[in-house]
Amino acid sequence: MTEPAKFTGSHSLLRSLEHEGVEIIFGVPGGAILPAYDPLLDSPIRHVLARHEQGAGHMAEGYAQATGLVGVVMATSGPGATNLITPLQNALMDSTPIVAITGQVPTSAIGSDAFQEAYTTGLAMHCTKHSYMVTDADDIPNLIHEAFHLASTGRPGPVLVDIPKDVLNQITTWREPHLHNLPGYKPTVSGHPMQIRAALDMIEQAERPVLYVGGGVIKAGAAPELLAFAEAVNAPVVTTLMARGAIPDDHRLALGMPGMHGLYTATTAIQKSDVLVSLGARFDDRVTGDPNAFAPDARIIHVDVDPAEIGKVRAADVPIVGDARSVLVDLLAGLSARRKASDAPAREEWFARLDQWKEQYPLAYEQDPDGPIKVQHFIERLYAITGGEAVVAAGVGQHQMWVSQFWGFRKPRSWVNSGGLGTMGFAVPAAVGAKAARPDDLVIALDGDGCFQMTCQELITATTEEIPVKIIVFNNGGYGMVKQWQNLFYGGRLSAVDLGFTYPDYPKLAEAMGCVGLRVDHPSEIDNAIEKALSVNDRPVVLEVVVDGEEMCFPMVPAGGSNDRVVMRREDL
Amino acid sequence: MQHTLTVLVEDKPGVLARISAMFSNRGFNIHSLAVGPTHQDGRSRITLVVDAPELEQLKKQLNKLVNVIKVQEMEPAEALEREVMIIRISAQPATRGEVRDTASLFDARVIDISSSAMTFEVAGTPQHLRTFLEHLGPYGVIDLVKSGRIAMKRESELSPAPVVAGVGK
Repeated sequence: MTEPAKFTGSHSLLRSLEHEGVEIIFGVPGGAILPAYDPLLDSPIRHVLARHEQGAGHMAEGYAQATGLVGVVMATSGPGATNLITPLQNALMDSTPIVAITGQVPTSAIGSDAFQEAYTTGLAMHCTKHSYMVTDADDIPNLIHEAFHLASTGRPGPVLVDIPKDVLNQITTWREPHLHNLPGYKPTVSGHPMQIRAALDMIEQAERPVLYVGGGVIKAGAAPELLAFAEAVNAPVVTTLMARGAIPDDHRLALGMPGMHGLYTATTAIQKSDVLVSLGARFDDRVTGDPNAFAPDARIIHVDVDPAEIGKVRAADVPIVGDARSVLVDLLAGLSARRKASDAPAREEWFARLDQWKEQYPLAYEQDPDGPIKVQHFIERLYAITGGEAVVAAGVGQHQMWVSQFWGFRKPRSWVNSGGLGTMGFAVPAAVGAKAARPDDLVIALDGDGCFQMTCQELITATTEEIPVKIIVFNNGGYGMVKQWQNLFYGGRLSAVDLGFTYPDYPKLAEAMGCVGLRVDHPSEIDNAIEKALSVNDRPVVLEVVVDGEEMCFPMVPAGGSNDRVVMRREDL
Repeated sequence: MQHTLTVLVEDKPGVLARISAMFSNRGFNIHSLAVGPTHQDGRSRITLVVDAPELEQLKKQLNKLVNVIKVQEMEPAEALEREVMIIRISAQPATRGEVRDTASLFDARVIDISSSAMTFEVAGTPQHLRTFLEHLGPYGVIDLVKSGRIAMKRESELSPAPVVAGVGK
């Protein structure tokens, strides 16, 4: 950045972001944030102009989920900031590190109901890890540094920095930032040695252990350690929705996703386990079902970097506060001091039971060769043709569960999705963010028609910013998951779930936004359509896949039910 | 069951709002609240009386707040706890002497008086204030205002002599 005649808070902001290593800001300008957009022109930081602040926020999340780096989003005051609430809460629920910079009305106008004023830091209190209001431009370097530190350490999460317009215009100087002002923030990284020993004792004696792996393992970059540990103790691994890719799905110890729409074997292995080792997971209701009936015979080892997660839902027999990677490293070291990794207990009986369940209760669907197309079949074809070499994003609903079930994840950070908040419309902007971060990788959003209609305008962003994502829109003519619930639990009285198959015309809509628009509606045309979509690399592609509107997502544990009753077919409900 | 928590915080804008936001987000109830500076610059102390069956979770959620430095639970036996109350009691000329005499047993000071009422200031442990109310309440409480509880950990191991003389300490 060339030295400006007058160095202001805005210049300090941009220099601070550069200092943090920021390469991309996703944002939308506006009145109060205007000053920051001027020095942006002279900064090496790329600005991706989103069409809606919610989209910008999800792009920052997609960027962060695909890389592990802090995603950055910038917006103006008032509606700019309120439009960020959904991505902030989404990032909070999924522990995604993002920093949001918002403009604010000038200090003198705060509290006067000024044009585009909202109490942003107050709103953000409920949906961020922490938030700041900057009152003096001299504080900008330190506060930005703190914001990045908070977002990326301990349990990661969103941090918001609100800067009034006069502070952005204030003459200031930039100083090398220091962390000196966080007396109340000291995340525990290393597990307690005594608890590590206790955990090893318990795991070594277990007859039916299960490693219950959550998003914390991905965030900690602990996938290699997880694999080494799972092999060393010879224990099967289930991966929650947030942890898909933490262990390769084709590994002999991988059982896939447990829970409401999880695989029978993954869910049942937990139920029948005698020792359950939770690594960076939080006993979410979509995993546990009725928590009182969850893993009734298991003693619990709970590893989490956030002490508040331990004992929140289920009491832990061995609580370990620590970063998943650090704890796994210590567990491995402790184990290697006791015995050789190859001397792991065989647990033949346990693995025989797991194999029996896998055989007896596989994932199942029926694809009629004459159609209609089943989403599951399409996903399997896409996986086969791409070899699974892609970063995959999803929206929320049936299609999301099917992707998690049928895509064989092999690497961490190859799965970008909205787990905790369940934000429909996440896929398109998140895929744009992921592709911006990893331009050399194939990034595919597998989206539903309902989700797509919520945020599809971000494809204009993708086109104009030359971010060639692939978007698969499964058009089942409605809100499939809501429809499924109405069919199963409301006697088939369908209310407000029908979107119709006709409008919008997805290929036309895609073309209007500068993308290539394709449609497939017959099983025999699937491979062709996929090949065509994959062959376009100079712009985004939208492939509409017209699918069966009546298909339901199974296995299923009805909400609040016991995980002992995994329903495999509609007839069994 | 009620618990007294003393929370050392950074004296930053919004810290109280963050704490009360967390309480309402997570469905915890605040029974009383007192905020004030400490002897250290930039540090405030918040004393909370809470009805929380899940006290451990509440303490952990408080600790998660970036501006919260330390959370301590005060066991009644090891805490010095104080509350202040201003209370207006119906006192006709015929009962005034009796009301005053009873109140004086609690070291309550008369701070206002009218033809039909007396207003007292009374300070002490929560138990002291409850006992005061038990004895003076029957005369007719016209108005009452009570501070949030403040508390500090005892240094002495043994139960010390009452700091404030009077009944029900």
